[in-house]
Amino acid sequence: MNASGKRLTLILLMAPLLIWLVALIVIPHMEILYVSLREKVGVREYEFGFANYMVFFNEPLYWNTFMRTAVMSILATALTLLIGFPVSYYIAKLTRGRSKTILFLLCLIPFWVSELVRTYGWMILLRESGLVSGFLQYIGLASEPIEFLYNDAAIMVGLVYTSMLFMVVPLVTTLDSLDDSMIEAAYDLGGGGVSVWREIVIPHAMPGIVSGCIIVFMLSLGNYLTPILLGGKDSLWFTGLIYSQFITRFNWELGAAFGMLLLVLSSTIVWAGLKLSGQTLTRTVGR
Amino acid sequence: MIPTIRQSPLFRWTYRAYVLAFFVYLALPLAVVCVFAFNDSLFPSLPWQGFTWDWFIGTERPRLGVFNERPIIRSIWTSAFVAVWVAILSVAVGTTNAFLFVRHNFRFKNGLYVLMLLPLVIPGIILGISILVASNTLANNLEDATGMWFDSLRPGLPLVILGQFSFIATFATLVISARLEKFDRSLEEAALNLGATPLGAVWAITIPFLFPAIAGATVVAILMSFENFNTTLMLVGSDAPLTITMFDRLKEGSTPVLNAVSLLLMVASAALGLVSLLLQGRKT
Repeated sequence: MNASGKRLTLILLMAPLLIWLVALIVIPHMEILYVSLREKVGVREYEFGFANYMVFFNEPLYWNTFMRTAVMSILATALTLLIGFPVSYYIAKLTRGRSKTILFLLCLIPFWVSELVRTYGWMILLRESGLVSGFLQYIGLASEPIEFLYNDAAIMVGLVYTSMLFMVVPLVTTLDSLDDSMIEAAYDLGGGGVSVWREIVIPHAMPGIVSGCIIVFMLSLGNYLTPILLGGKDSLWFTGLIYSQFITRFNWELGAAFGMLLLVLSSTIVWAGLKLSGQTLTRTVGR
Repeated sequence: MIPTIRQSPLFRWTYRAYVLAFFVYLALPLAVVCVFAFNDSLFPSLPWQGFTWDWFIGTERPRLGVFNERPIIRSIWTSAFVAVWVAILSVAVGTTNAFLFVRHNFRFKNGLYVLMLLPLVIPGIILGISILVASNTLANNLEDATGMWFDSLRPGLPLVILGQFSFIATFATLVISARLEKFDRSLEEAALNLGATPLGAVWAITIPFLFPAIAGATVVAILMSFENFNTTLMLVGSDAPLTITMFDRLKEGSTPVLNAVSLLLMVASAALGLVSLLLQGRKT
């Protein structure tokens, strides 16, 4: 192919990418930044200023919800890692051939249905007339129906459940590539259980741990369904505030400021996670 | 802690029990949703009142089955419409992106690649509001300038499709690029030597090679579009896709109809998933 033909191909291939990224990602994000930095002074009259952000910092409700969302998302990420790691290790290292494939696929199946259905399942299980309460009464541990829904623990159960796949898949993939002989060698050289984990298994699994944690944290932070449905009306989650500013109150300026804050928090944690573990975005999520 | 290193039986059995408990935890909510789709009661909860098909085929209120419930059927069609468009757009852009990133070198390639990955780490609700705000500004400006109405830039299905496409395209790009990287360029060169035009060679040789990845990306795009909630919630207009309709119902109180819809959804996505596995297994 001659040089000008090659150049034309490049331009034609570049066009869809640029249209997609510029029109749907770059411009819209600049737009919410712009909207978040304007103050309404009259009907369709605005001034530049930081008033929306000041509202956030001066109103304890907003500030607390923000912190609460962040802390609970970190907790959910840690729990997902703790629960998912042994299972991933089991699938990657202690099963072989067909049973490995089957166990791995079993991990994926729940996630072929929408988050709404999964959350609905937990509602049926946990509510006052639900199965867990019924079971406890049946075996005599409870004398009357118990409400397990509408508290933070229920939100946590839902968040961990919803995110599990995104932790298990990268963990199984990285652990799978760890050669058994490395672990054997570590034992032969006198390593005990703990030191083998600390020196061999965990460092090897680090890329998987980081990409799992990043995705789980981001999904928890941006989750809307689980806190609303499992945590009840009064459970505060930052995405809920964004939604109510945009759709219920029609205060787009404040909603955009909240959106920017959520985006900054999410990006900071993703960036910090990558930096701390020496990974790059291309290597973790880009596979 | 590998098969060749001995562990105490107690440890082994505890570990197995833990893994078993994990899978029970994964399966339980879904199993419960399915089972209560057949409970002969007005509420999806205990006690068990006997088996019924009413929640699928019932014809009268309050036992109106899914198949006779107009709003739900309509929202399934809405979801399908959105999913098909999202899949077409994502796979088309994903394919051109794959050719661009795998075959070409250009300035800012790494920067563009990272930018292409970013939609994966932007919370869905932010993608939703940013597209909402941008399209609203555009619509206002266009209406002020021309005096015409631009309804497709207001919340509604076109925006829902664009919003879902904005991040599903990244998945399509990754899936298709991974396969294109495995392609042997000499096959294309052979076609060129035999007199094919460059575009003809790509069409006759490379695209069929990419077919499993394209089919896989299509299925993933359809599933993700059907499931999407956060982005859709911010961009939805008067025609609601299925997840939004179900969410509104759920807030009012649940009936076994929702279980029946969920069961149908599970069956459909399992079937789609199976199709994609078969398609990918066929040519690898």
